Amino acid sequence: MCGIAGLLNLNGAPAEAERLWQMIRLLGHRGPDDSGIYMDRAVGLAHSRLSIIDISGGHQPMHNGDRSTWITFNGEIFNYIELSKELSSKGHSFSTQSDTEVILKLYEEYGPDCVQHMNGQWAFAIWDTKKKRLFLSRDRLGVRPLFYVTARNSLVFASEIKSLLLHPGIDAVIDLKALAQVFTYWFPLAPRTIFQNIFELPPGHSLIAENGKIDVRRHWQLDYSQIDPTVEVPRAREETYSEELRELLLDATRIRLRADVPVGAYLSGGLDSSIITALTKKFVGSSLCTFSVAFEDRGLDESAYQQEVVRVLGTNHRTIRCTAAEIGETLPEMIWHTECPVLRTAPAPLFLLSKLVRDSGFKVVLTGEGSDEFQGGYDIYKEAKIRAFWAAQLDSKRRPLLLKKLYPYLAGLQRQSPAYLQAFFHVRSGGTSDPFFSHLPRWELTAKSQLFFSAAVRAQLQDRVPYADLQSLLPQDFSRWDVFSRAQYLEGAFLLPGYLLSSQGDRVAMAHSVEGRYPFLDHRVVEFSTRIPPRLKMKVLKEKYLLKLAFGGMVPPSVTQRPKQPYRAPDAICFFNPVNGRPRHPYVGEMLSPELIREYGIFDPGTVLKLIEKVKAGRATSFLDNSALVGIVSTQLIIDQFVVHLREKLSDGANRARSSPVCN
Amino acid sequence: MEQIEREVRQFVIDNFLFGEGEAQLSNDDSFLEKGLVDSMGILTLVAFVQDKYAVTVPDEDLVPENWDSVKRIARFVQGKSSVIR
Repeated sequence: MCGIAGLLNLNGAPAEAERLWQMIRLLGHRGPDDSGIYMDRAVGLAHSRLSIIDISGGHQPMHNGDRSTWITFNGEIFNYIELSKELSSKGHSFSTQSDTEVILKLYEEYGPDCVQHMNGQWAFAIWDTKKKRLFLSRDRLGVRPLFYVTARNSLVFASEIKSLLLHPGIDAVIDLKALAQVFTYWFPLAPRTIFQNIFELPPGHSLIAENGKIDVRRHWQLDYSQIDPTVEVPRAREETYSEELRELLLDATRIRLRADVPVGAYLSGGLDSSIITALTKKFVGSSLCTFSVAFEDRGLDESAYQQEVVRVLGTNHRTIRCTAAEIGETLPEMIWHTECPVLRTAPAPLFLLSKLVRDSGFKVVLTGEGSDEFQGGYDIYKEAKIRAFWAAQLDSKRRPLLLKKLYPYLAGLQRQSPAYLQAFFHVRSGGTSDPFFSHLPRWELTAKSQLFFSAAVRAQLQDRVPYADLQSLLPQDFSRWDVFSRAQYLEGAFLLPGYLLSSQGDRVAMAHSVEGRYPFLDHRVVEFSTRIPPRLKMKVLKEKYLLKLAFGGMVPPSVTQRPKQPYRAPDAICFFNPVNGRPRHPYVGEMLSPELIREYGIFDPGTVLKLIEKVKAGRATSFLDNSALVGIVSTQLIIDQFVVHLREKLSDGANRARSSPVCN
Repeated sequence: MEQIEREVRQFVIDNFLFGEGEAQLSNDDSFLEKGLVDSMGILTLVAFVQDKYAVTVPDEDLVPENWDSVKRIARFVQGKSSVIR
């Protein structure tokens, strides 16, 4: 696990070593153990290494036997042992024990199709000196990041945007369309990033630069076209599915424990991380270390469940207890890593948790990420099912009650009348035909936060057709899929890589040199999940039915029987003290001052002031108020750090990478 | 009645419109259609009305007929107050 960077001058101008060193130094937090560069006239590759596999032999950039291909690689190829055996039988020989060399040999054998053979999480660049081809690729689900830009006849790429900004001719300018996407979906739709002309290589895509042309192509697609939602599954078949899921996830976990350093696990107290912990324990034994986040706020805290899992499974457990003040304090540094505004503070506790993991001597953790998306866990799936069910009989007295039952933790919902519920949840007859049926209530609610945009910003955004941006990225037959499959696709193909694996995943973990590994995101598990009949994932309104059937016996009953609780962190109170209404940290007052709001131009000072008054008075209780506040603070920080004070931040970052760990 | 309308209107502008576009809000506008309130928003309105006008609001009164515009709220408050008196 590492940081990568590099460039190709399309006009043949020689690459500059000092530029490459600067770029990779800035990613020192991703790979503090070693670094290196490789140059071949117009091409440069750079690497900063977090040593996990073949610690002595894995230096990068690495070359193949005749030095004709070179690679800089971030990630892990978990099936490298099997691949190396296959390749050996085809006559390849290896000089290291690393997965990096396996990619080089796979590329020699299969060219750009090499990625089809890989089981893992990757972002890499290969320079093929014979074909004069630069080949970039990113894993199927978007676990590892890769950004690129073309400017002044150069293609420049890196694990993080900040390294690209060192290149002359590349400036950080806020992309207003991307900003509107963040204030709707929570993230920009790849390939867009929050900055104009800086792109993300989308998950499941490769980029080939050859003969002066750049070609971006998809190598993998999440596909629900085979699903028949009406299929009933007899009991005996349930056991067959359950058995296959058990075997696949066990193997996915087994190969994710391949490392020459100790591996820990995150434990949220929910079903998914408990299953992963239980499976990991089978291989690691009693020495397994687990880590979790706890909160002061009892409505958010899951410590009791975590402790129960720790007691039953017997792990060495460490917890970080986050206060609202700490979360607020962390935000500026966290934003330097997420490189994107956020509408929730939820990444901040995970930023603090990865520091605990690192300080405990761990570089690798397994987590339960990716189960909710593909195993039928999310409330939004259930919500869509209930809405469709109610829409089929609008005058039902009982059907609306299911929505209240779904969100016991949302105090605001419990008192609502059916008429209001119907309005909030867009329940109307015939509505399920909308391709975005499942997600419209969430997006429309979130998009209300655009109310705070300045008049100038709104004028520039006014011609947009809502959701057209997303529509253009969907598979051709998407609208023919059933509601549940469509909802799963929207979560798995967009929210997962766009927010959960990035702002709440790679970026906050790698800020402290910690690599996350996700057995539920093994592509065999995901592809299998796209063939599971929907009724087995969510039986009536029982979420994760098959997953519980497969693993219920391995985790404490308190975990399988508990009501599902989404991971949330406190929001508005992280910035203002609810007792005296004062900003908790100097930067909050500064970022939200009318002067700076006006200067940065994105938001309207008057409306923001009203929101702040509401927050200070402790009246900012709604989802909208909270999202808007976090969105405004984090957008101001993005502009402050990446646009206005970029040069200072870049030199800070490079110096800090050399000396000490990122956080103190 | 007019005074109640004025006060409710100001509360809605401060809390849901955040002062923006207040000229465009008529006292008949539906909050739902304008997208001004979510579930917590309704309860915020209820809390405001309960505190300000000393009326109690049982759950069965929580319907859009009573809460979905400035005028409807004023009428609702008026009705409640006259009952008390």
